[in-house]
Amino acid sequence: MSGEMTGAETLIKALIDQGVDTVFGYPGGAVLPIYDALFQQNSLRHILVRHEQAAVHAAEGYARSTGKVGVVLVTSGPGATNAVTGLTDALMDSIPLVCLTGQVPTHLIGNDAFQEADTTGITRPCTKHNYLVTSADDMSRVVHEAFYVARSGRPGPVVIDVPKDTQQNKTSVYAKAKEVEARRISYRPQVKPEHAKIEQAVELLSKAKRPIIYAGGGVINSGPVAAQLLTQFARMSGIPVTNTLMGLGAFPATDNHFVGMLGMHGTYEANLAMYNCDVMLNIGARFDDRITGRLDEFSPNSTKIHIDIDASSINKTVMVDLPIIADAGHALEDLTRIWTARHTELDKAGMEKWWGQINEWRGKDCLKFEQPSKGEIKPQHAIKTFYEMVASRDKVIVSTEVGQHQMWAAQYIKFDKPNHWLTSGGLGTMGYGLPAAIGAQVAHPDALVVDVAGEASILMNIQEMATAAQYKLPVKIFIINNQWMGMVRQWQELLHGSRYSESYSESLPDFVKLAEAFGATGIRVTDVSELEEGLTKMIETPGPVIFDCCVTKDENCFPMIPSGAAHYDMILTKEDKVANPVSQEGMVLV
Amino acid sequence: MSADQIESRVIAVLVDNEPGVLARVIGLFTGRGYNIDSLTVTEVDAGQNLSRITIVTSGTPQVLEQIKAQLFRLVPIHAVGDLTTGGDLVERELALVKVVAKGEQRVEALRIADIFKARVVDAGHNHFVFELTGKPKKLNSFIELMQPLGLKDVSRTGVVAIARGPEALGL
Ligand SMILES: Cc1ncc(C[n+]2csc(CCOP(=O)(O)OP(=O)(O)O)c2C)c(N)n1
Ligand SMILES: [Mg+2]
Repeated sequence: MSGEMTGAETLIKALIDQGVDTVFGYPGGAVLPIYDALFQQNSLRHILVRHEQAAVHAAEGYARSTGKVGVVLVTSGPGATNAVTGLTDALMDSIPLVCLTGQVPTHLIGNDAFQEADTTGITRPCTKHNYLVTSADDMSRVVHEAFYVARSGRPGPVVIDVPKDTQQNKTSVYAKAKEVEARRISYRPQVKPEHAKIEQAVELLSKAKRPIIYAGGGVINSGPVAAQLLTQFARMSGIPVTNTLMGLGAFPATDNHFVGMLGMHGTYEANLAMYNCDVMLNIGARFDDRITGRLDEFSPNSTKIHIDIDASSINKTVMVDLPIIADAGHALEDLTRIWTARHTELDKAGMEKWWGQINEWRGKDCLKFEQPSKGEIKPQHAIKTFYEMVASRDKVIVSTEVGQHQMWAAQYIKFDKPNHWLTSGGLGTMGYGLPAAIGAQVAHPDALVVDVAGEASILMNIQEMATAAQYKLPVKIFIINNQWMGMVRQWQELLHGSRYSESYSESLPDFVKLAEAFGATGIRVTDVSELEEGLTKMIETPGPVIFDCCVTKDENCFPMIPSGAAHYDMILTKEDKVANPVSQEGMVLV
Repeated sequence: MSADQIESRVIAVLVDNEPGVLARVIGLFTGRGYNIDSLTVTEVDAGQNLSRITIVTSGTPQVLEQIKAQLFRLVPIHAVGDLTTGGDLVERELALVKVVAKGEQRVEALRIADIFKARVVDAGHNHFVFELTGKPKKLNSFIELMQPLGLKDVSRTGVVAIARGPEALGL
């Protein structure tokens, strides 16, 4: 080994050896040696956020848009606790992250020292794994193992808690990444599927008359090749495809085989196809409750094949007939190979009838809305117009906050490629979109990165405008301003007798002035006649922009499957009353 | 067997003996609402730094499968064995039982201890500490019988278990 280094220097070296180029962080007393080591090198760039939660979301945006592991650096105590929401978000959405947290020196742990928090204890349930580094000698091993755990298998966030003395102490130990991985024999994710099971899958699918592919974020996590294989397989077999919220972009939305997103705010055709299918191929999705609706009415007559890299996702809520534990890409590769080798073709007449049925459902045009030519802007129209204006551009990355605008973005923006859609699916974290957009913009300086936001959500991490300004990151914040916590208002209207308890966005700031206060550009549009001009200005203006797009206040997001209802119980328009009063079991659901 | 019938299982888990590993396992059970009827842990292989956890849990067959899959997902876990469905198993628990009694009751306590093959590991003028090994049921009955005779204090290890036959819990 080439002499002694401090723990902090060893840490930086390990990050560089892992191919890290960017760290999102915020300094404090317990990480000063690491910041000092950062200062004295040129390989790693540090992006200074304005709140540790945002550091984690930014790293998520970076990770989701690049396929690499996102890296976070925060101080002990409040730095670590502020990161918890982001870590939970990354865990729910399987985003690979390594989060370094400072800790009080080892001899003070347990003494209620200044800025001490039991970080490994607090983050144990919201990480895939976590570590406390108790000696500088362990530093390189722990860092390499953390990256391995974060990116392999079902990806997720990993915390490394680093006491200040282990940052300062010297060590001559430097473990190599490959050796560290080989040593961790208790952790060996299965990525290759069992051959016989793929054969069975081909067998089951080949007899289908009403098949569907239900693909999720696992396809995106597997890498762009998996998305290509999925596209190839669906086109070759003629099987319709629906994507989950996390899976958008895993299959080209402009392809005719795509029937839209499924689930609570999914399309009529996707949900009915799921309900009526005879063979379901789930690739990298987890039968989340937003997808299944009422479990005992979920696709009751289908044979279900489930490909997932995480064995605990199988038979968790929905019992399946053929579980296959594998990485989506490997499974799709084998599936395609065996399908082709056997010259498999689906029953022509059956498939024609199935597509006929699907096209009939499509005829319902469940995403239609009416936009008068003058006056108020419908939120759907705002997002659809935005999509049409950027559809032909090469690199457009969209993030969202959480609420109605998020669902409209999922419905009206067509993603043809993976890694261009960043949204908080599992945790539904308001405040995710702006920092995620920042992280994506850092990784893709030339891309048009747009945060489709709600006026309530954006205030949850608005301080990140300063980050965007500091690094001249030209993120565009497209606020669908309905002056309400629209999604809350919608549930109150439909399920709580229109009693709008605390869901009005009182005392909103002037978003144009707010933008200017951060040194950014602010635009406001209130009439549909100005929409395109406003959007053009948002897109074309250099630097960060806040576009305050004032829309109809009380629009609801449809289709909607009320909580606890079945796929066929969709509300399509305001006139559709919630069919049967929602059951007591339904009302307790979130 | 009905799908929502509650069954009891003995699950053996081989883990790296590292800080926090027990907290991970217990946190998994509390966080996901699984039952822990008994849990024991100690190092079993100092050379390889391995500990073995024996968990007695209960749930529907679907939940029990989930428990095993969720356990196996934890990074430091090497092996998860379902000893109940995996074939025959040997289950043992040890109890230390303190009885305070005089006269006729003292004689009766000794007599019962004899029947259960419990050993006296501490005795005084008016107390005994019995040591008893066996299946949890046997320990339960012993403790129940000691109740009216002056049962004062009980300490139990929880169940340890191992599969019958030549196979080991796999690495
Ligand atoms: C951190 C957090 N707190 C609360 C919620 C609950 N919630 C979900 S949507 C929503 C309203 C969002 O309002 P807005 O950002 O204006 O979006 P809109 O629905 O109006 O498009 C709220 C409060 C949440 N998802 N996240
Ligand atoms: Mg709103």
